[in-house]
Amino acid sequence: MTSTANLSPADFTSDQEVRWCPGCGDFAILAQMKKLLPTLGVRPENTVFVSGIGCSSRFPYYLETYGLHSIHGRAPAIATGLKHTRPDLQVWVVTGDGDALSIGCTHLLHALRRNVDIKILLFNNRIYGLTKGQFSPTSLPGLVTGSSPEGTTHQPLHPLSIALASKATFVARSIDTNAKHLSETLRRAAEHKGSAFVEIFQNCHIYNDGAFDFAKNAAIRDDHLVQLEHGAPLVFGKERNKGIRLNGSQLEVVTAENGDVPSNLLVHDELSPTATIAHMIAAMSHPDMPEAIGVLRAVSEPTHNELMHDQNPEPAERSAALERLLRSGETWTVN
Amino acid sequence: MIANDQIATQPQKPRLEVDSVVVRFAGDSGDGMQLAGSQVALSSALMGNDIATFPDYPAEIRAPKGTPAGVSGFQVHFSSKAAMTPGDDIDVLVAMNPAALKANLSNLPVQSTIVVDADAFDAKGLRLAKYEDDPLRSSALDDFQVIEAPITSLTRNAVTDADVSHKIATQCRNFFAMGIIYWLYGRELDATIRFINNKFSEEIATAGRLALQAGWNYGETTEAFERSYQVPAASPAPGLYRNVTGNEALAMGLIAAAHLSGRNLFYSAYPITPASDILHRLSRTTECGTRTLQAEDEIAAICAAIGASYGGAMGATGSSGPGIALKTEALGLAVMLELPLVVVNVQRGGPSTGLPTKVEQTDLLQAVLGRNGEAPMPVLAASGPGDCFNTAVEAWRIATKLMTPVMLLSDAFTANGAEPWRIPDISDMEPITVDHPQSDGTVFKPYSRDEWLARPWALPGTPGLTHRIGGIEKSDGTGEISYDPANHEHMVRLRAEKTARAAQFAPAPEIFGETTGDLLVVSWGGTFGACRAAVDQAQQSGRKVTHMHLRCLNPLPPELGETLKGFKRVLAPELNTGQLRHLLRAQFLVDVRGLNKIKGQPFWIKDITQAIDSLLHQEN
Repeated sequence: MTSTANLSPADFTSDQEVRWCPGCGDFAILAQMKKLLPTLGVRPENTVFVSGIGCSSRFPYYLETYGLHSIHGRAPAIATGLKHTRPDLQVWVVTGDGDALSIGCTHLLHALRRNVDIKILLFNNRIYGLTKGQFSPTSLPGLVTGSSPEGTTHQPLHPLSIALASKATFVARSIDTNAKHLSETLRRAAEHKGSAFVEIFQNCHIYNDGAFDFAKNAAIRDDHLVQLEHGAPLVFGKERNKGIRLNGSQLEVVTAENGDVPSNLLVHDELSPTATIAHMIAAMSHPDMPEAIGVLRAVSEPTHNELMHDQNPEPAERSAALERLLRSGETWTVN
Repeated sequence: MIANDQIATQPQKPRLEVDSVVVRFAGDSGDGMQLAGSQVALSSALMGNDIATFPDYPAEIRAPKGTPAGVSGFQVHFSSKAAMTPGDDIDVLVAMNPAALKANLSNLPVQSTIVVDADAFDAKGLRLAKYEDDPLRSSALDDFQVIEAPITSLTRNAVTDADVSHKIATQCRNFFAMGIIYWLYGRELDATIRFINNKFSEEIATAGRLALQAGWNYGETTEAFERSYQVPAASPAPGLYRNVTGNEALAMGLIAAAHLSGRNLFYSAYPITPASDILHRLSRTTECGTRTLQAEDEIAAICAAIGASYGGAMGATGSSGPGIALKTEALGLAVMLELPLVVVNVQRGGPSTGLPTKVEQTDLLQAVLGRNGEAPMPVLAASGPGDCFNTAVEAWRIATKLMTPVMLLSDAFTANGAEPWRIPDISDMEPITVDHPQSDGTVFKPYSRDEWLARPWALPGTPGLTHRIGGIEKSDGTGEISYDPANHEHMVRLRAEKTARAAQFAPAPEIFGETTGDLLVVSWGGTFGACRAAVDQAQQSGRKVTHMHLRCLNPLPPELGETLKGFKRVLAPELNTGQLRHLLRAQFLVDVRGLNKIKGQPFWIKDITQAIDSLLHQEN
């Protein structure tokens, strides 16, 4: 049972009843994950999903892999210890905007800056769902919730900006219901060597329905989303006549008047050694600017495990090293 | 490389034999007092004395120079008998400046010797120490033997042949002071000279050796001292010995435990006094298979260790009280996940930041009870520096046997103090056997139980055993999420019963004395030495006093209740307001009395002796 040739989604499906609210965006993400996992060449028993607390963090229960549903915000830290000692495993972290950017923000930053070879999926619905609808660190100002009756006054965090600032080597964004794009983005994350961070726009239709309408509504989304492709200019719009251009130190939207593709557009470079442009793209916010989906950054750097000076001594070597340690320094014999 | 021919070590003055000596070096934080004390301790141990040490230093790295706030002390007790404590009564205080004298004078027995650096008793030094009158010129020191040695100027003169700056020359004062002590108590210089040669550049080493020798010569040739002393060797059990501090022994114990269980140690920690030293030491042992992680915070440190244990490594973390408070939620997770884990708490003065470098035993109730929900875990405490080694091995043995986190309590006094330690033969130690299940083709139940109620430690990567675990209450057996009322009560009681079974794996506490009598002294942790010495003295004067020292604090030994009832009085000396006393009273309904000291200082033997006398006096 070590082959990965004939795996199917059924091999990765647990017998647990899925308990998200009917219509939750999480279902779509789970479905793509089940389709993707059998194609990655990793057997279920060599796959581990670690999560924190929140609706998204129930994800591991529904996959027939090893799973650890931990405590609020701490999944990246647990995954760090696991991957540090078990580099043979493929380790995923599933988290949400509250879990990863509020109570557990520290762990996210440090897992990314260490380039621990784990794949972090942040389901961003801009709301606390499991605790019944308080504003989250990605909620937009003015959002009226149970804990912000006059509308929240806090500025939202941009998950991609946080990831870039943490020196993440792989940063991407996708959308729960955009099956093809999501699947491809998750595949790129899985195949990346080092920390991979994927923000997934995910709709909570109970507490924050329509939060990503601009990106999901087929009637309008093309004018509000720009799909990143390495080496391609940043073109978007229903008519494919809009683009993003660097004007001085600002990004700006330009529109070609005759329906052509505008010229002198920014060409996406996910391999850029500096993340300067990536930071600018990450900061693009609806409604002033279209928001980017796709792989924003994918650079190759040594991973945490590669940088550690860990050794794997044989028992006899280990024993000899321990004996040397015990006898180190000045010793004397009593007869 | 050592100019042995320059070293005179045979004093000509008369020499008296004494049983034991206590020396305290005191000076500014930057004066090298810790180095001086630890070298005297090492030299004494190498000469066959038993030793106990007490580094007593401020939290500030360099507090304002010359002020009482910046005084750093190191007390060393060397003896031809068992040195159970760093010593109640100081024989010689070496005070490198007026502040050091002022900070230590109140603890100094009458007729003890004070060696001062007279050069430091100038107007500025006296002002910084807030001395209105020069104590060397007043009657303040009439009760003591005062040796006014111009240590600074003599050191500078002594090292003129070494190619060092004026500043470095002055910094060699501690070696001069050590030289005086080495002469006074017949300590051999060679180990310290080896240390100097290994530690410093050639120029500084030359200066250090010259200063050390000059201090020795000062004792021998000036009229400051009429005689010197010698302390014969003690007679410990045969074996190979070295000195260890508690933190050193703890680090080695963790590695030994990992080795005995055939896996790598993963130790993650966030820097905190007085536990950081464990991380420093372990991070230099990669050849033993050790992995270390300096985590971003206390919470990450324990969570990473949980992740490592989940994957099959020996997960361990260490901190002190405030950091343990931060780890609390994750400790509860480890209880729920039923994964083995060792969590070290090197206790310090609290609450909050408290007294970061000082000793207390104030985290016992935190260790035993301090989590949300009913989240029991075994709690062990080390009785002294060397015992930290065994306690670490035991902690991991229990953790793997019962699939549970185990809290290991040390303290600042134990962690920093040193004593001679018989190096164990690892091949003689009982292996820690761990079974990781393989699939037998049936549905895997991650919360099934063995005869100790432990669940199987199924490792990711094992085919056929994929399963999900988490912090939500689980159904016994299947491990699936369960909100069933009866199952929850069952699981709460099961986790408690499992913890109670740890008593079977912890050695029963030794009873020192008769099993019945007038008084039982019950102690735990780093107060062992003072309590044992006081009870030993009481027994030798015919008192019916017994000592019992607890290694396992949770669960308490089941037979303890009977033992307590065999005595008219029970005394629990603790460096807190009575936390063990609280547990003993609650569990055994015995009227335990407390001796409680919360001064950031260890017990002196006389503290315990007075309490014993007082209780026995009440009895009569």
